[in-house]
Amino acid sequence: MSQPTPGGILSDSSAIVRAAGDAFVKLDPRRMILSPVMFTIEVGALLISGLALARVAGQPGTEHPAFIAAVAAGLWATVLFANFAEAMAEGRGRAQADALRRTRSDTLAKRLAAPRREAKVEPTPSTQLRAGDHVLIEAGDIVPGDGEVIDGVASVDESAITGESAPVIRESGGDRNTVTGGTRLLSDWLVVRITANPGESFLDKMISMVEGAKRQKTPNEIALDILLAGLTLVFLVVTATLLPFSMQAVAATGRGEPLGLAVLAALFVCLAPTTIGGLLPAIGIAGIDRMVRANVLATSGRAVEAAGDVDVLLLDKTGTITLGNRQAATFLPAAGVSEEDLADAAQLSSLADETPEGRSIVVLAKNRYGIRGREIESLDATFVPFTAQTRMSGVDFDGRQIRKGARDTIIKHVESIGGQVPAEVHRICDTVARAGATPLVVTDGATVLGVVELKDVVKGGIAERFKELRAMGIRTVMITGDNPLTAAAIAAEAGVDDFLAEATPEAKLAMIRRYQQEGHLVAMTGDGTNDAPALAQADVAVAMNSGTQAAKEAGNMVDLDSNPTKLLEIVAVGKQLLMTRGSLTTFSLANDVSKYFAIVPAAFGSIYPQLKALDIMRLHSPTTAVLAAVAFNALVIVGLVPMALKGVQYRPLPAAVLLQRNLLVWGLGGLLLPFPCIKLLDMLLAACGVT
Amino acid sequence: MPDPETPPSAAGWLAMLIAQVRPACTLLATLAIITGIFYPLAMTMAIQQLFPYQASGSLVQDAQGTVRGSALIGQPFRAPQWFHGRPSATGETPCDPTASGGSNLGPTNPALAGLVRERVAALRAENGSFLGPLPIDLVTASGSGLDPHISPAAARLQVTRVAAARGLPQEIVEKMVTDHLEPAMLGIFGRPRVNVFLLNLALGSLPGAAAADRSP
Amino acid sequence: MIMLQAWIEIACILAITVVAACAIAPWLAAIFRVGAKDTGDAPTGLLQRCLAAIERPLLQAAGSWPVREMTAGEYGAAILVFHAAGFGLLLGILRLQAVLPWNPAGVPAVPWLIALNTAASFTTNTNWQSYAGETTLSPLSQTLGLTVQNFVSAASGLCVLAVLTRGLVRRTSGTIGNFWQDLVRSTLGLLLPLAILLAAALASQGVVQTFATSREVALIDTTGSPAGSAETTRRILTGPVASQVAIKQLGTNGGGYFNANSAHPFENPTPLTNLLEIAAMLLIPLASCLAFGRWVGDRRQGRALLAAMALLFLPFLLIIVHVETRPNPLLQADELLQSVDQGASTDHEGGSLEGKEVRFGAAASALFAVGTTATSCGAVNAMHDSFSPLGGLVAMWMIQLGEVVFGGVGTGLAGLIAYTLVAVFVAGLMVGRSPEYLGKKIEAREMKMGMIVLLVPPITTLIGTAAACVLRGEAAAAPNPGPHGFSELLYAFSSAANNNGSAFGGLTATSPFWTLSLAAAMLVSRMLTMLPLVAIGGSLAAKRTVAESPGTLPTHTPLFVLLVAGTVILVGALSFVPALALGPLAEALQPLPALIQKGTP
Repeated sequence: MSQPTPGGILSDSSAIVRAAGDAFVKLDPRRMILSPVMFTIEVGALLISGLALARVAGQPGTEHPAFIAAVAAGLWATVLFANFAEAMAEGRGRAQADALRRTRSDTLAKRLAAPRREAKVEPTPSTQLRAGDHVLIEAGDIVPGDGEVIDGVASVDESAITGESAPVIRESGGDRNTVTGGTRLLSDWLVVRITANPGESFLDKMISMVEGAKRQKTPNEIALDILLAGLTLVFLVVTATLLPFSMQAVAATGRGEPLGLAVLAALFVCLAPTTIGGLLPAIGIAGIDRMVRANVLATSGRAVEAAGDVDVLLLDKTGTITLGNRQAATFLPAAGVSEEDLADAAQLSSLADETPEGRSIVVLAKNRYGIRGREIESLDATFVPFTAQTRMSGVDFDGRQIRKGARDTIIKHVESIGGQVPAEVHRICDTVARAGATPLVVTDGATVLGVVELKDVVKGGIAERFKELRAMGIRTVMITGDNPLTAAAIAAEAGVDDFLAEATPEAKLAMIRRYQQEGHLVAMTGDGTNDAPALAQADVAVAMNSGTQAAKEAGNMVDLDSNPTKLLEIVAVGKQLLMTRGSLTTFSLANDVSKYFAIVPAAFGSIYPQLKALDIMRLHSPTTAVLAAVAFNALVIVGLVPMALKGVQYRPLPAAVLLQRNLLVWGLGGLLLPFPCIKLLDMLLAACGVT
Repeated sequence: MPDPETPPSAAGWLAMLIAQVRPACTLLATLAIITGIFYPLAMTMAIQQLFPYQASGSLVQDAQGTVRGSALIGQPFRAPQWFHGRPSATGETPCDPTASGGSNLGPTNPALAGLVRERVAALRAENGSFLGPLPIDLVTASGSGLDPHISPAAARLQVTRVAAARGLPQEIVEKMVTDHLEPAMLGIFGRPRVNVFLLNLALGSLPGAAAADRSP
Repeated sequence: MIMLQAWIEIACILAITVVAACAIAPWLAAIFRVGAKDTGDAPTGLLQRCLAAIERPLLQAAGSWPVREMTAGEYGAAILVFHAAGFGLLLGILRLQAVLPWNPAGVPAVPWLIALNTAASFTTNTNWQSYAGETTLSPLSQTLGLTVQNFVSAASGLCVLAVLTRGLVRRTSGTIGNFWQDLVRSTLGLLLPLAILLAAALASQGVVQTFATSREVALIDTTGSPAGSAETTRRILTGPVASQVAIKQLGTNGGGYFNANSAHPFENPTPLTNLLEIAAMLLIPLASCLAFGRWVGDRRQGRALLAAMALLFLPFLLIIVHVETRPNPLLQADELLQSVDQGASTDHEGGSLEGKEVRFGAAASALFAVGTTATSCGAVNAMHDSFSPLGGLVAMWMIQLGEVVFGGVGTGLAGLIAYTLVAVFVAGLMVGRSPEYLGKKIEAREMKMGMIVLLVPPITTLIGTAAACVLRGEAAAAPNPGPHGFSELLYAFSSAANNNGSAFGGLTATSPFWTLSLAAAMLVSRMLTMLPLVAIGGSLAAKRTVAESPGTLPTHTPLFVLLVAGTVILVGALSFVPALALGPLAEALQPLPALIQKGTP
């Protein structure tokens, strides 16, 4: 997926041209009314433009037609700049969407009349496939749509979606039974039941969301909209009532003129929260867009927002906290057995064992004792694979029966052939288990040779990351199938706040419910069908793209990379979205103070010249003062577009520190920044000969 | 309506309102009787027992037993032999207890400056011998129009005039002013002041004062 | 030296108030602890048993025993019906006072317009007075009419605060208490005992309390007025004053027995009563903040809100005391008045003394003014119309803040909590969390109701003032020229739409336009703040409580206090900047020489 640098947001000239065009298209009042703030500004712009035309046509009035026209231009600019911001965000989203869409170029699917490979095939365009249709996909075919494998096994190239070039296996049943539209079959064949109607697939939803077309307002946006609409209403009343107020003042003093409509409109556009009102849609689209950039598809903006709120993360141990699987760390021989003999036996038993644990034993024996790996064939040995019944693996050769397995299994095995596990081995096992590692007992016939310690290796830097999260008030909970002892040791090493050992889907679900009961918002990742209930219960549920259809449907996000660590990034994107909204709202409100100082003395100067004392910026003239304020108000929207698209700087800090920092930057900054800017614009206008 | 998201129908609201009518009327009636009748009644009886003088208006009698006013309420004084209180903006006549209130002239109202000028001129004319600055309280109207107090300075500047009009030695009048000086409570709360009504009442009860009081 | 004494006096009065508020806070907290759902550290035991003993017979009579918890809808309906009944009762008494008993002076029925205005005014805790109490009302109207409403309108305000607090404290609860129980508890359990104590204390200093309504006295100086009409007697008006003054201060009502209100020597005779009256109007609003901390089980929360109020109050206090103790610039600039000494000395009070009483002095009058406008009391011990332009601006702006800086009994803190919800909303976003206050998520419904609470008063104020400006003939009723005339109009609607009740008294507001529009403003504002606050309480109570973590926005820190104060200024106060510029600001900045010329007789 394309990853344009954030700094270059406004550097792409073709995108800017397109967004500028869209800004005009968006003037359609039916679209504008979605944003009450900007809609009122548009109505004001229409009114003032009409007024300007009427004055040019010779209608009498007190304000200079050029001034009215300039104010109208300022109002239009404000609306257009806001539309431009939204269009820019959509443009970036569209680029993302196009990339996504490329993966689903129209293909001719082989629709099956019945869910069997042998059934009659009718070629059907992929866009006409309905949910429930069955298709046959063969090597070299593009998967025509999202679906569930009901028959066959095949290797699939999913790099178009995930960027990961290694092929993955997809097969019916189990947790690897889904295929995503746009991916390509490399070998074999699959019969797939399509699970989404055209335009309703996950990807389709995502595309329409990043394009802004089907974006629904999130609850949080609705609440903010109410705040902004309320403020707009009160400022509308503030400015509208100034007309009778100034008429009264003129009557009382016999001096000056009542305020003109253009000045009132100028004051209104300056006071109304146009900065945040104009940038709000762009911020929301950009948030989803950033999520897409992280290769995460969200089903709704609401889910992105909720990601900022979660304060409990359920993290799978394997892959997130620890590196893949357990690895052999030491050989602990029983009494009378040399370490080397144990290592040798252990290696022998693992030669044909392709599990990561088995391989790590071979490697450890080689590294530590220089015992070379031997071919099973050359030894004429019989490999005994691990089965659900025996729960042991090993090798038979030379009359020796070398087995390795968990303690309980080995006890049964040894006792069944008349031997006994010595107390010392029990002690070793206990010590190993207490340290959080897994003891693997190795036997030769009825003789117990010793114990291999299998350890989980915690990822580097993960503890620091959890510490950061803790500072932000996010608890991390490790989910593992290990026994409590093992789990506790790893939890301590990784620095998580809590863990769930011997986790079953039911225990996971119960844990989520318990946290929610306590008032927490819980995020989790999952891929299996049995994760679906927990995913459905969690507030933010990230399904792995490699997971089952059930998991994807239960979750509200899909991670295309199938990377469980992604949860941390998702939280960051969510928080950044909310922070950007809050910061720009604060900035927008704080701006108002300076505008009063610019416009009030200018507007009332003819009635009460003494109010010039409030003109602390010493602006050139009432005309330049009003126009400078309007111009600043419009320009600040453009100036903040990169901020809206990029999001404010995000750092994992406690709330109190974040608040202090953002209040200082956006609150105080919003209070002070307009003063020099308006003064500068005023000087510029004066230099251009505006009086 | 346990779920705030689903408000009841119009009929539901009406029923909800009607259900509250009985408790509303009963409780309004009982609370009205308790706070509107028992409370003032009981307080009046208790306070009349505890503080009979204050409760009835701090009424002050002269030597003859005639009630001459309230120690708390200012009276109009115009003749030169009386100490004059602050200007009053009550209705038609100054210091009218049935029409308490201030002038409500705005701080920058030219009429306020005009009135103050008139008062300054009148004070200068009455107290020709006093050449010092006039304290502001003597030329501005009080909020109630019934303020019985003036500042010590405002009382002292009238001593010469009052003494002359009464044919009394200045020292005696001076001393009466000093005797009627009320300091700030604990030196902190309120301002030092002279109660013009009580001072004049004392003046009027001086031996031989009656004759002076009658002559304008 | 004199100013030092003034500041010490002010500091002492405020300190005494704070101590008294700390003392009654636990009591207040206990009043609204009605069930196991209401946690927090309110005292139980004896006080609870006393309250139960008081409320039981009344609630039984009303058919509300055993107490059944109400939903927000029922609670709101109860408030609405109770106010309607109170309005009807008061209107009836005012219209029928001529035929009702205890009317020794034989005053006629209150005219319809004035009666409507007064009924609206007293049921809404505003106590705007478009009549002169001593001449218009019979003692029965004063006690059974007005005093009753002084109690129950204040109690209703406390009920709203109780609901809002329960909303924050309760978890997933469909109900928020019972209005009738809350009403009886706050009226009889809190306001009445406090009023009895205060009335006795005031009476000991000279506030009258008698069945006699007037007393004829023989004037000392019988030389007559300059016009020549010699008077020999005066009628001094008395009545059951102490009992009404006590509750008008405690309940932040402000409706005086006499026209001059607390400037009248019979309502406020000494510096000590002045202290008591200032302390009384600040008492419950201050104590509510502390009780709030107890209710929610974290006293820091209450202190933080109190600090936010103080942060807004103290700068305004400094300004108003400063400008009121300064000479009036108009008089100072007048060449012919150079011999008037406006400065304070040990020998006489200085400052802007028009409309102020000598016994209080300028500083304590300024403190009273900022106290009465900061709380929604509206009682006055000096005439605000004659305050210096900036002094008047402070008084007006304190009202326009929305009566949340201390504010009315109950409603003040409730209003500030509505502001806090908005502040939390924006601040919560800034720290990257969807916002929550005390564990409750702030969502669209709270925001909608909160915005109604915050915006109805300013919108009503501005539209009302605009209407007055358009009806030029009415506006001409303002007796003061120039920008001050506009200030009078603005003050009237600010006062009505924020349920304060004080006035720039020069405005004669007895015409149909004024009586009806102000009555409408008072009713609309009161109902459209109380009912949405109840709705917020209901919707908060129904929510889960979100657990606290380091990621939770702390709402008790100095930074948060600053943020709440900033929100009040940005959202509430800034709306009035243009209007204030045309009124008091223009007046304060106007060149004086031109005015002095006009003033030459």
